[in-house]
Amino acid sequence: MSQTNPVNSLASVAAARSPHVQSQHTAGTGLEARNIHAWFGDKHVIDDVTLDFFPGTVTALIGPSGCGKSTFIRILNRMHEFIPTAAMAGEVLLEGTDIYKPGTDVTKIRLGIGMVFQKPNPFPSMTIKENVLSGLKLAQLKVSNQDELLESCLVRAGLWSEVKDRLNEYGGALSGGQQQRLCIARSLAVSPQVLLMDEPCSALDPGSTLRIEETIRELSASMTIVIVTHNMQQAARVSDRTGFFLSDGGPGRLIECASTSEIFSNPKDKRTEDYVTGRFG
Amino acid sequence: MSTTLTQPIKPWRVNFKQAWPEIVGAIAALILTYAIVNVSPLKGKLGFVVTLVFVATFVAAAVSWVRRDRKAAFNSISTVMVYIAGLFVIFPLGSILYEIVHRGIAGLSWGMFTRDMAVTASDAPLSEGGILHAVIGSLYIVALATVFSVPIGLLTSLYLTEIKGKAAGTIRFFVQAMSGIPSIVAGLFIYAIWMIALGNQYSAFAGAMALAILMIPTVARTSEEVLKLIPGDLREAGLALGGTQWRTVAMIILPAAQSGLITSVILGIARVAGETAPLLLTMGGADAVNLNPFSGNSSAIPFYVWKNFSMGTEISIQRAWSGVLVLMIIVLIFFSLTRFLSNRKGRF
Repeated sequence: MSQTNPVNSLASVAAARSPHVQSQHTAGTGLEARNIHAWFGDKHVIDDVTLDFFPGTVTALIGPSGCGKSTFIRILNRMHEFIPTAAMAGEVLLEGTDIYKPGTDVTKIRLGIGMVFQKPNPFPSMTIKENVLSGLKLAQLKVSNQDELLESCLVRAGLWSEVKDRLNEYGGALSGGQQQRLCIARSLAVSPQVLLMDEPCSALDPGSTLRIEETIRELSASMTIVIVTHNMQQAARVSDRTGFFLSDGGPGRLIECASTSEIFSNPKDKRTEDYVTGRFG
Repeated sequence: MSTTLTQPIKPWRVNFKQAWPEIVGAIAALILTYAIVNVSPLKGKLGFVVTLVFVATFVAAAVSWVRRDRKAAFNSISTVMVYIAGLFVIFPLGSILYEIVHRGIAGLSWGMFTRDMAVTASDAPLSEGGILHAVIGSLYIVALATVFSVPIGLLTSLYLTEIKGKAAGTIRFFVQAMSGIPSIVAGLFIYAIWMIALGNQYSAFAGAMALAILMIPTVARTSEEVLKLIPGDLREAGLALGGTQWRTVAMIILPAAQSGLITSVILGIARVAGETAPLLLTMGGADAVNLNPFSGNSSAIPFYVWKNFSMGTEISIQRAWSGVLVLMIIVLIFFSLTRFLSNRKGRF
């Protein structure tokens, strides 16, 4: 497959990964976005995006800046509504239930759909241990064995061996990459079904980036992961499916979404091909 | 290990070789000033200081211009100005501190903390009478005013920064307006409402309410500034983990802002600890210890100082100076303690 487009070395990267993509999505599982629109004030920023995120897969959202990727994933766990001028339309189904249905307990939704932010943001007043377990305290959940959970979250986030001897130090003392993995561990502690990552590596060095990509691969077996990235190599390395967003000056649209190897080797749309081969954006 | 041992140095440090023109310039400025003062009608210490300001600025600029260029000269002028401005701020403060310690220390004794003025006249010897009633009164009113105003001020700042409700603009305006209230007006307000309209007597409680009116805007405004500095992504992270807004504020925002919020409380206390005017109207003043803050005349240290100064005898004025020193020491102890406790944790 990679031979079909010699210009694009990313295609070989994408093809080299073990394909465990579910080719067929079963309705009512994972996370399904239906006809999503978004506005900030009068400005229409996302136009009619319908996109399914399959359980057990990593979906990368790529596209130039300002095309609505971040706004889109913030809609997926109801963080969009914190911006005073924000408005939206459409449905987001988590296991078949609309998370925007009136009467929904928003805090429960956010427990089920975790989020990792662009800038590492461990809580400054808490130790590493308290940071990981902070979700439980915030949501007032009880866990029988906290130490076991602490260890398993840090192991899954790939941070355990580096911090196991200094769990009572403050999170701010860690390096940027470690802080970001701490934030991932923090999200895992409340065992979400879906993990949204908004450019989680954009502030990190290549070594930490690789480490986090490994973490994402390991996590993908047990949860639905959506990652927004500006780094196409990263999309090719970690994702099973890739969605390409583009704005032509107006609202952002989903141009196409397919398996990652297809997007990077044989995209259906000319604009996708131009973007992934670096001809624009 | 390498054969040549590299010594750690600080190449950015200015050594004597580079600094000598400045040192010579400073000495020259002093001599020049002395000369000018001697030949001109400018006389005395004040004349010397004022002349020195201009001469020092001029000499510093000249030295820099000769050594480098015009830009360096302007840089020197601004540097000298900043130092002089700093001195102008520190000098009165140092002078006040010196005066208070110098004059107050003569009347200071352990005995004065165990006695009140119930059976002692202001001009009785210093071995008689004391300040106990005023210390107790001050502790009562400051503690009560803190208890009233910290929750209100803090919740106001949370409304302004976290809830950002529709009334936020209006409330911010009124808090600002409140911080400009003259303290005597706060006293009159409590006097009119609590004492005349509701018929209550003088008490430390009434004094504390008047002080709370002055303290609330200070606490609210400084807390608001502190909370504004907490990065928004911490709030989002808390909410994204399934916390309600209240849990996020209580568990993440307030602990992160802890040290700054304690500073805001300290500033609030500093605002009211030395107030006298509102207390005149609400506490009535007393010469005996009154352990009941809710009823009866009571005193406070600023009140004690005012009363003894107005007596005007040599000994009563000595008592007043000692009162000022005691107030200063108590405030200093309290601030240091709070600073020490708050510095142990928190990073904002």
